[in-house]
Amino acid sequence: MKTKLLFALLSITVTLPAHAALNVLACEPEWGALAQELGGDKVKVANATTALQDPHRIEARPSLIARARNAELLVCTGAELEIGWLPILLRESGNPLIQPGQPGNFEATRYVPLMEKPQRLDRSEGDIHAAGNPHIQTDPRNIALVADALSKTLASVDAANAGYYQARYADFKTHWTAAIARWEAQAAPLKGTVIVAQHQAYPYLENWLGMKQVATLEPKPGVEPSVASLTAVLAKLKITPAKMVIRSAYNDGRASEWLSQRANIPAVELPFTVGGTPGANNLYGLYDDTISRLLKAGK
Amino acid sequence: MKRTLIASSILMMLATSAHAADDLQNIRSEIQQMKASYEARIQALEARLAQTEAATKQANTKAEQADSKAEHASQTAAVAALPAPSNENAFNPAISLILSGTASHSSLSPSTYKIGGFIPSGGEVAPNPRGFSLGESELAISANIDPDFRGNFMLAMAPDNTVAVENAYLQTLGLGHGLTASAGRFYSGIGYLNNVHAHAWDFTDSPLVYKAFLGNQFGDDGVQLTWLAPTESLLVELGAEIGSGRSFPATTRDKNGSVAGALYAHVGGDYDESNSWRAGLSYLGAGPQNRSYDDTDVNGVATTNSFSGKSQTWIGDFVWKWAPNGNTTVRNFKLQGEYMHRNETGDLTCTGGACSGVPGAYQSAQSGWYLQGVYQFMPHWRVGLRHDRLNSGSVDLGTGLTAADLPILAAYNPKRNTVMFDYSPSEFSRFRVQYARDESRPTEADNQFALQYIMSLGAHGAHTF
Repeated sequence: MKTKLLFALLSITVTLPAHAALNVLACEPEWGALAQELGGDKVKVANATTALQDPHRIEARPSLIARARNAELLVCTGAELEIGWLPILLRESGNPLIQPGQPGNFEATRYVPLMEKPQRLDRSEGDIHAAGNPHIQTDPRNIALVADALSKTLASVDAANAGYYQARYADFKTHWTAAIARWEAQAAPLKGTVIVAQHQAYPYLENWLGMKQVATLEPKPGVEPSVASLTAVLAKLKITPAKMVIRSAYNDGRASEWLSQRANIPAVELPFTVGGTPGANNLYGLYDDTISRLLKAGK
Repeated sequence: MKRTLIASSILMMLATSAHAADDLQNIRSEIQQMKASYEARIQALEARLAQTEAATKQANTKAEQADSKAEHASQTAAVAALPAPSNENAFNPAISLILSGTASHSSLSPSTYKIGGFIPSGGEVAPNPRGFSLGESELAISANIDPDFRGNFMLAMAPDNTVAVENAYLQTLGLGHGLTASAGRFYSGIGYLNNVHAHAWDFTDSPLVYKAFLGNQFGDDGVQLTWLAPTESLLVELGAEIGSGRSFPATTRDKNGSVAGALYAHVGGDYDESNSWRAGLSYLGAGPQNRSYDDTDVNGVATTNSFSGKSQTWIGDFVWKWAPNGNTTVRNFKLQGEYMHRNETGDLTCTGGACSGVPGAYQSAQSGWYLQGVYQFMPHWRVGLRHDRLNSGSVDLGTGLTAADLPILAAYNPKRNTVMFDYSPSEFSRFRVQYARDESRPTEADNQFALQYIMSLGAHGAHTF
């Protein structure tokens, strides 16, 4: 009976229909959006998470395991951002194409210089990432670097459409370079702006736009802000006043509102990734909206 | 004379002043000219200064931009040159250790614990020892072996200094077609909670159905094959296992081939972004031989009873999780329930008491279920409720043995209500307080209080849904 069952299972797998588009599973929406930009109608993109979910705390939901089983390309941040759930997906998927080390397993942080490599690796420091800060998507110049690598990966896993991907990448590069110049011009007044961030999620944005972060609301990375840690931040702001407190769309707003009221500075919710705000409906919108929200608060 | 002197001097002065008036005019005009020319020069200088400043600024900006570009480029070059980072520390396996401990208070002694109406399962099903006790310390080691296999190992060190191998198995990595094969010692994939390790339970102990039907958890030495259907976002998973029958309700036998086997199916998906679910149906079949347990007969004489025959267990399980927008950080809710039904048919023998040597039959159909909900109402804090119920169902002893020989099998429907409250300062540490009113024993209800800590050291483990 068992052998019969096995044969039945195998026969089902053999008779699967051939698919048309390349199945891409993106761990975070920014990579899904980038894969869509570069892959056009040759790819079918599914995002494992949304901008309203904390990328550090995702559950290995049954639907994600089903999607991992069929994915031909996995596009993730890497640098241990997905360590709490992606290993389960990979192990249970039974899918050889997306296993670590395969061309179908793409980690964006491998192509970008990472900031904030911890000096001390110890859990007493909170939820730190040994490879460095993984939130690279807040600097569009990093997106350009990842786009270059991802277009090559697309061309290698789907060699039949390599020319198509190259053309789309060239097109994207032109538009993206122009957009970066536009954003840098728009964001010029933000240079030197002193800010407070809820989570240590924005070093790349601050580096890009020349903003200065004086404090984070989380006492240690990944540790929820407490009244004590917020009070300490408030005391710090008395010495070094900040212009605004920023948080990501998935963050609970109470901590930054608390500080906003007491320090009398605006609390700014940033999209953090594609889909975080109505304006951030694609990769371009992500930076348009981020900069316009910062400029509005900085006035 | 004096007068002339004065007059002449006045005259001289007047003459001088007349002359001076001319000069003054000249000087004034010269100064005017000088002023004008200096102003012009200053203006010119100022203009040049401004120009220079602007140029410097531009140069600086350009230099800065060039610097940042160069930095970006050099860093990028450095990154491109770097080898791919290894997930698991330079070939060392991922090692993690779980520390746990409890302080318990119970009105009845855990040493007399027996679930009324059911054959004792022999597992470590008794409530926590009274007073302070160390829980199991679990040491887990895992790593990819090569591109094709992964190895998992988990050692459980019990507080009495005994060591048990809980898991030791290899698993294929991406066999293709959604297939995954495992071999070794593992917790069976039946039910929902069966392959969840104790440190990830939402209560300090397992549900009564797991205690009564599976001796806490069914683990076996054998092979497992799972297959995922090529569905888009609906999980359809089928699994099959065969093994040596190492744990209750099976027993190992001196026999070639398999002694116990399990089949299961899981279906799961997302209702929307906030709601996810999974449901399953499992079957566990075993042919235990001389599965023995200690008992006392109605006269208080110690007996050793043993069952040989066929044991079939069916499990239906479901779990539903809710979190606003799928973001579990602040609030989330988890509802889970399982139903188990077991049929056993075979021979029951008894030695020690009046029943010694009496040939006996045993046929039973028994069932039970639990339902539990755990709600995280704010970051770090959760509260949970659980209701357990068992039904001893029908037990048919045939013609030989009588109910008096086997008092534990007297019909009884155990139940238990549990409430728990826990605090997790981080995802690596947890403190829990739990109260249970346990009516497992027909004689008396047991009030159990427990305080527990669970700490996780080392590698960041990934948890299943």
